[in-house]
Amino acid sequence: MSLVTATIKRDLIIAARNPGEWLNPLMFFLMVLALFPLAVDPDPKFLSKIAAGVVWVAALLATLLSLDALFKADVEDGTLEQWLASGESLYAMALGKVFVHWCISGLPLTLVAPLLALMMNLPDDAYAALFFSLLLGTPILSLLGAVGAALTAGVRSGGLLLSLVILPLYIPILIFGASAVYHAGIGMEYAGQLGFLASFLCISMTLTPFAVAGALKLNLSR
Amino acid sequence: MFFDSFAEFIAMGKHGFYVWLCYGITALVIIANILAPIRQRKKLFEQQARLQRREKKNASEA
Amino acid sequence: MWEALKRLYHRMGSPKWFYEISARWLPWFAIPAALCLIVGTVWGLAFAPADYQQGNSFRIIYIHVPAAILAQGAYAMMAIAGGIFLIWRMKMAAWVAAAIAPIGASFCFLALITGAIWGKPTWGTWWVWDARLTSMLLLLFLYFGVMALQKAMETDDTSAKAGAILSLVGLVNIPIIKYSVEWWNTLHQPATLKLTEESTMAMEMLIPLLIMIVGFYLLFATLIFMRTRNEVLWHERKKSWVKKLIEAEK
Repeated sequence: MSLVTATIKRDLIIAARNPGEWLNPLMFFLMVLALFPLAVDPDPKFLSKIAAGVVWVAALLATLLSLDALFKADVEDGTLEQWLASGESLYAMALGKVFVHWCISGLPLTLVAPLLALMMNLPDDAYAALFFSLLLGTPILSLLGAVGAALTAGVRSGGLLLSLVILPLYIPILIFGASAVYHAGIGMEYAGQLGFLASFLCISMTLTPFAVAGALKLNLSR
Repeated sequence: MFFDSFAEFIAMGKHGFYVWLCYGITALVIIANILAPIRQRKKLFEQQARLQRREKKNASEA
Repeated sequence: MWEALKRLYHRMGSPKWFYEISARWLPWFAIPAALCLIVGTVWGLAFAPADYQQGNSFRIIYIHVPAAILAQGAYAMMAIAGGIFLIWRMKMAAWVAAAIAPIGASFCFLALITGAIWGKPTWGTWWVWDARLTSMLLLLFLYFGVMALQKAMETDDTSAKAGAILSLVGLVNIPIIKYSVEWWNTLHQPATLKLTEESTMAMEMLIPLLIMIVGFYLLFATLIFMRTRNEVLWHERKKSWVKKLIEAEK
């Protein structure tokens, strides 16, 4: 078994034994959603209009908050140095770490989002679009976020810095993801938006691991 | 000259406030951008000169 | 030609050489910059004709557009300098990148605030989520990220590398962000009156604009020189040539 698959397996087992790791983002997601009707307007008609955007913003924030810990432990306990010494490619390790992160944050969010969207009175036609846009979009959030997480892994209070660094890069995904759901809700075609998300996913899957690998190496010189 | 009188030039046909506000802010930003490195340089020189003096003093005492 | 360029590049890598040569080059950028900015401002404010739709408020174009162009160009330059630093380990490039960040961010801020002020007489409100203003705002966010990261690390070398990696990632993302913002804007009733429409610009309006753009670029070059010189002095403060320089100053 290669080192990459071993790491993926280990991380998944750790996540399974600490339910907090994948439950906390979900609870955060639910709480953020609840804020909008309370703060703005609980009128169902109004909610169904903003539902697409609100669900997407909440999913984005939940992913962002779970990113901080992505590489922290590996940097602190020396796992990262072992990786570099082992001669395995950092590119593969980055992809593996991102995959695990997506499994414990993006995937549960995608599965739960349609249920929570009920509370936001999302139009009936939009559920498929919501599911598929999140399925394509959340891996991109994890990939781009991994760059920020790797860059800030050695910084003491990196959480806020991470958000500053990563949020602007999330804008295109937010625009196309939310617009796919919104357009599905008013009965329009949304394949174009999903197509954009899919192509963006391909690009970031090939390019971001390079940036993650480069950023991880910075943590060694400290 | 596009304007007939100086008063008209200042008024900018009802838009004077916006135009002059923009040019004023621009002037401020440019001046700040020029002054910042000059002050930075001055501070650096003072700080390094003080360090050098202290080092010299320590060397002569030891 | 190629050999001369290569020689220039290798010399550029020497901080001392840069410090000495930039003192001689500075006036050649600073004086034309001041001339262009003065001529362009006077021409644009007093001599160019008013726009038939927007009246005199259109004169804001002479600072808004150059600032916006420069803010975008500066980000690209910062990322390229960062890339040179990452690939060839040229320290001067990292210092140039650190010098560009605050200058670029300030021009980005300038483009935003002049856009907002211009929006008031044009659209009736200070802020409209117009495609260009929005993408300028996002560019400012990108600058914030790079600047925060450049300051966050303990050692100069790692923070420079982190800033360089982030600015390169941002550079790849800028066209995607711009495209997505424009696409988003066409969906949500775009402002009927655009702030700038290049196609309809008359010659008498265009020439002062070009002068201003050249002036802003020269000013930018001057500012980079000034800031990079400080960076050189700071990073080389333990070297004997800087120590001598400081001693001579007293």
